[in-house]
Amino acid sequence: MAAHRLSPSLNRLLLAGKYASFWTRCCAVHGYAQYSTACSPNEKTFDKILIANRGEIACRVMKTCHKMGIQTVAVHSDVDASAVHVKMANEAVCVGPAPTSKSYLNMDAIMDAVRATGAQAVHPGYGFLSENKEFAKRLAAEGVAFIGPDTYALQAMGDKIESKLIAKAATVNTIPGYDGVVKTVEEAVKISQDIGYPVMIKASAGGGGKGMRIAWNDEETREGFRFSSQEAASSFGDDRLLIEKFIDNPRHIEIQVLADKHGNALWLNERECSIQRRNQKVVEEAPSTFLDAATRRAMGEQAVQLAKAVQYSSAGTVEFLVDSNKNFYFLEMNTRLQVEHPITECITGLDLVEQMIRVAKGYKLQHKQEDIPINGWAIESRVYAEDPYKSFGLPSIGRLSRYQEPLNLSNVRVDSGIQEGSDISIYYDPMISKLVTYGATRAEALASMEDALDNYVIRGVTHNISLLREIITHPRFISGDISTNFLPEVYPDGFKGHQLEADSRRELLAAAAALHITAQLRSQRVLGDLRVSSSPVECSHWELCVELEEGRHHVDVTKSGKVYTVEMDGVKVEVDGQWNLASPLLPLAINGTHRMLQCLSRDASGKIVLQYLGTSFKVRVLSKLAAQLNSYMPEKVPEDTSSLLRSPMPGAVVTVSVKPGDSVAEGQEICVIEAMKMQNSLTAARQAKVKSVHCKPGETVGEGDLLVELE
Amino acid sequence: MAAFTAALRSGALINGLRASFRTLPPVKYGAVAAAVPPTNLPRGCRWSSASALSVKERIDHKRKTALCGGGQHRIDAQHKKGKLTARERVELLLDPESFVESDMFVEHRCSDFGMEQDGNKFPGDSVVTGRGRINGRLVYVFSQDFTVFGGSLSGAHAQKICKIMDQAMMVGAPVIGLNDSGGARIQEGVESLAGYADIFLRNVMASGVVPQISLIMGPCAGGAVYSPALTDFTFMVKDTSYLFITGPDVVKSVTNEDVTQEELGGAKTHTTVSGVAHHAFEDDVEALLNVREFFNFLPLSNQDAAPIRECHDRSDRLVHSLDTIVPFETTKAYDMLDIVHATVDESDFFEIMPNYAKNIVVGFARMNGRTVGIVGNQPKVASGCLDINSSVKGARFVRFCDAFNIPIITFVDVPGFLPGTAQEYGGIIRHGAKLLYAFAEATVPKITVITRKAYGGAYDVMSSKHLRGDVNYAWPTAEVAVMGAKGAVQIIFRGKENQAEAEAEYVEKFANPFPAALRGFVDDIIEPSTTRRRICRDLEVLASKKQLNPWKKHANIPL
Repeated sequence: MAAHRLSPSLNRLLLAGKYASFWTRCCAVHGYAQYSTACSPNEKTFDKILIANRGEIACRVMKTCHKMGIQTVAVHSDVDASAVHVKMANEAVCVGPAPTSKSYLNMDAIMDAVRATGAQAVHPGYGFLSENKEFAKRLAAEGVAFIGPDTYALQAMGDKIESKLIAKAATVNTIPGYDGVVKTVEEAVKISQDIGYPVMIKASAGGGGKGMRIAWNDEETREGFRFSSQEAASSFGDDRLLIEKFIDNPRHIEIQVLADKHGNALWLNERECSIQRRNQKVVEEAPSTFLDAATRRAMGEQAVQLAKAVQYSSAGTVEFLVDSNKNFYFLEMNTRLQVEHPITECITGLDLVEQMIRVAKGYKLQHKQEDIPINGWAIESRVYAEDPYKSFGLPSIGRLSRYQEPLNLSNVRVDSGIQEGSDISIYYDPMISKLVTYGATRAEALASMEDALDNYVIRGVTHNISLLREIITHPRFISGDISTNFLPEVYPDGFKGHQLEADSRRELLAAAAALHITAQLRSQRVLGDLRVSSSPVECSHWELCVELEEGRHHVDVTKSGKVYTVEMDGVKVEVDGQWNLASPLLPLAINGTHRMLQCLSRDASGKIVLQYLGTSFKVRVLSKLAAQLNSYMPEKVPEDTSSLLRSPMPGAVVTVSVKPGDSVAEGQEICVIEAMKMQNSLTAARQAKVKSVHCKPGETVGEGDLLVELE
Repeated sequence: MAAFTAALRSGALINGLRASFRTLPPVKYGAVAAAVPPTNLPRGCRWSSASALSVKERIDHKRKTALCGGGQHRIDAQHKKGKLTARERVELLLDPESFVESDMFVEHRCSDFGMEQDGNKFPGDSVVTGRGRINGRLVYVFSQDFTVFGGSLSGAHAQKICKIMDQAMMVGAPVIGLNDSGGARIQEGVESLAGYADIFLRNVMASGVVPQISLIMGPCAGGAVYSPALTDFTFMVKDTSYLFITGPDVVKSVTNEDVTQEELGGAKTHTTVSGVAHHAFEDDVEALLNVREFFNFLPLSNQDAAPIRECHDRSDRLVHSLDTIVPFETTKAYDMLDIVHATVDESDFFEIMPNYAKNIVVGFARMNGRTVGIVGNQPKVASGCLDINSSVKGARFVRFCDAFNIPIITFVDVPGFLPGTAQEYGGIIRHGAKLLYAFAEATVPKITVITRKAYGGAYDVMSSKHLRGDVNYAWPTAEVAVMGAKGAVQIIFRGKENQAEAEAEYVEKFANPFPAALRGFVDDIIEPSTTRRRICRDLEVLASKKQLNPWKKHANIPL
């Protein structure tokens, strides 16, 4: 179905490239047939695979399994019993209660599930047990294949200190730093001084930005040491830390490698992952605008050297920091399938999961290095349930009351493990999906991404679509001028949503006015009621007042057919649309330009919330009379919140550092909230005395819950 | 009546009458107070002394004066309080230019205490009445004018209200009252009291004939409160409206309680504690715009069918999110409002009493454009049990729907009635009976969906098949049983070992929809995602439902 509707540009791409692109959802029926031409249908791998993971990655792995005719077994926690990955699997086993340590990290239960279902192999996805050598060993002991590298590579690359030594030995460029475990705060400070600030403190066992802190001076080193070790302990059960030179303003570029058990290894080009917040990736693309062929080759070859040095098999990723002079330094090797693997699949046409399964069975690689193409461009946006207005994204939770992926568009792939009605809970990663678009050129891929973000319907949880859209349309991003500091540099005062220009502001207000009148007119259409006034005022001209933030505009609206002409400040805006009041999407043509708006809410008193250019705007539309009368209405004074410390997100209270009667200074830590395994220190907004404390360590708190009240 | 005790006590006010009239005394709520304004109208207003004016000029003059209410000074004072004037409210409530005013020339007839002076006569007196349209649909309106004698109720004021109520009854159209009145008019004494009674009588006569809505937009105290109390819906404006029998001063003198107006009878009190008001809005503008929206749901009278508005939401839309909404653990809560929002047209649900007795959810919505009343147990609050307040809340709503031909859709997840001395002493038996009674007597289309628990007597109550439910569905997660497994097993196998095993057996046997389905007590077990589609189709079929209760003078609901 979707395959037949490919845009001309993509068709060109498909014909031009040796490999068809890989789609997850769109091409569920036809897509797989045309992808990966080198696939041999008679190659026997496994009969049944257990996927020791949840969410989108579990679904992703199962899709390939089903394509390859392999039976799948899902494991799940009790709260995930009706999750998508459970429904997709041929069999499902509950492995424990919600907390990950009791379910998805519960090796005993998962081993039991493997035995009970007779799975011949286990795909660990990413996170959880994916890089756990103990797990791999236990599987090996029972003769079950671990779809990933063998335990030696896991161990060697899983430990940051050891991996750095091995990399050095394999003549891979590495970052200056201390090659050992840092034991105490004082030692950390001394080492940091030796290396020279800034330094990076990170968990030896870490990954994914967890347990990672940057320090610019001694004091920050002390604080960072404390936080990182706590986070490391809670996330990985291992509080060992290391310290290294922090490369300021670097790019984060990684090389995908693929190796078999016969000493063959390939590099599948790079992924540019520089757009990050708090060391977690937000937008990735492949290839990178920054690399030239020579650097790409050099990095690829070093990555392969490293893979060979640890007898790596399966898919893996070698992460590099690249400075502005294209010097690159080995950062770490991820011995698993990466979150952002789809963009590599898009530009190379390989199905990495399929390759991992083949390799695990012992087959040789099908490809040679010269077979690996770069076909077009792919971009991935990580759509998270989080509030981007709070430090570029603090987790939010909720139920997806409405959810619609933009799969009606071409060139779009969505990897997700949730559906309408799913809960985003505090127990797991708040990622909603990975939205991938691609095209023959970067510009095409970006244009598709813009469209896809505008067409993505997510209701019930706060999401980061606004941030994603701002990033991919930012001139610096478009020109490829990015680094890992992109977000703090572009938004030094924090992200505040799309900033409207005069034109776009008018467009938005015009759309709101037109929508308001559509709803008003509809209210008059009562079917079959003979008692409705036979001569209703057949109105085609309205005078309205539209308010947005502090601005108030008087607008004149006229209607002819379904086209509204909205005049404000002497400028006319024409708005045309289908005007379906039940649809979350509001496709409009504003002055002839196609715009996809979303109506988030609309109430009787004229308040309309519209998502426009990714950001939601609160607009109020009133008739001229209502607006005039509204000026008599008193301003309702909002609660003074500077004396109230509320939880910025749902999570668990780790520590409370104050008690009633204490005096706190501005910026002093009051308590620490842990959510999604991240510890967040909450500080006093001003100097004050603590009036009351409303939380205890260990308690679960919701977003907006009062924690501490100051006097 | 308590209200009238208050009136007596405030008789003392009359002594200081003359002086205080000049200084605009604060109106004493619950007391019978009326402040006669100073004669500060513009010179030109003193038309009566200029007998040379032609009739036409006098008419124009009267009209002009009527439009000014109590004068600009008073209007400004009204605005300063964040309140609109009576006429502004009517204008905003009704479609543009649809208001047809009646009795603009009516004046009070009191001649005591200087009231007969020209300066103390206002054409139209202290209320604006008439008819108009909301989205083209007929409605009668009265709007009390606080700028004239503090909106106090004179004989003439009451007469005006009675007139439009009589007309509304005659043609079959709703009445909306915008209340903003200090109370009865002291100077008129018993005439004013008679006026209240005349209105009360009409409220009662109109009850169940045409919908009556009260919007409290200022003080409403003493005997006056009984008019809103008799109407179908009472809405309030936050911070500026009060409803009480006696004001804080009287409360202090009688019971020695210190209480503010807001605590005693503000919007928050009545929408969360007393259950007197059905909704509260931020300010006058929001309140009026919301009443317009609310009005769209209502039929004009008991002779009219529930209105059907043009609908953009497909009636056969499958709602996949419902398939996973009921948690696996039977003890875990979920939000019934999620089910309601997902099922109805455009997620548009006008909830009635959203902050009172939250263990039951009631309100209006549409299915394929047609107005329906929704009743649902709310598992999120007190496990969705029925108690005194929720039973009364539900019963009143169900009776309104039945009176006005609005089909009722009931979502059931009820573990039973709330036990305890508080409930028993409070009379849960007779209050719970109200809800049972209301569902049983209702003859409108009744569709019931059991989403999870339907235990014990509460199962019977919640629009069950046995109470003439027209279509009763169960979701696969439904458990229709006398009680939960644990309790049941403790009784059946008292003192026996292997309770756990017995419990499992009970769950297997009863904690599912089969026992009810195989007896025909539910018509079908449906996939939750198809709920909307099924209900829309059923409503089409049931549109021609005819069912009559036996003739009776009136029924005797256990009050």
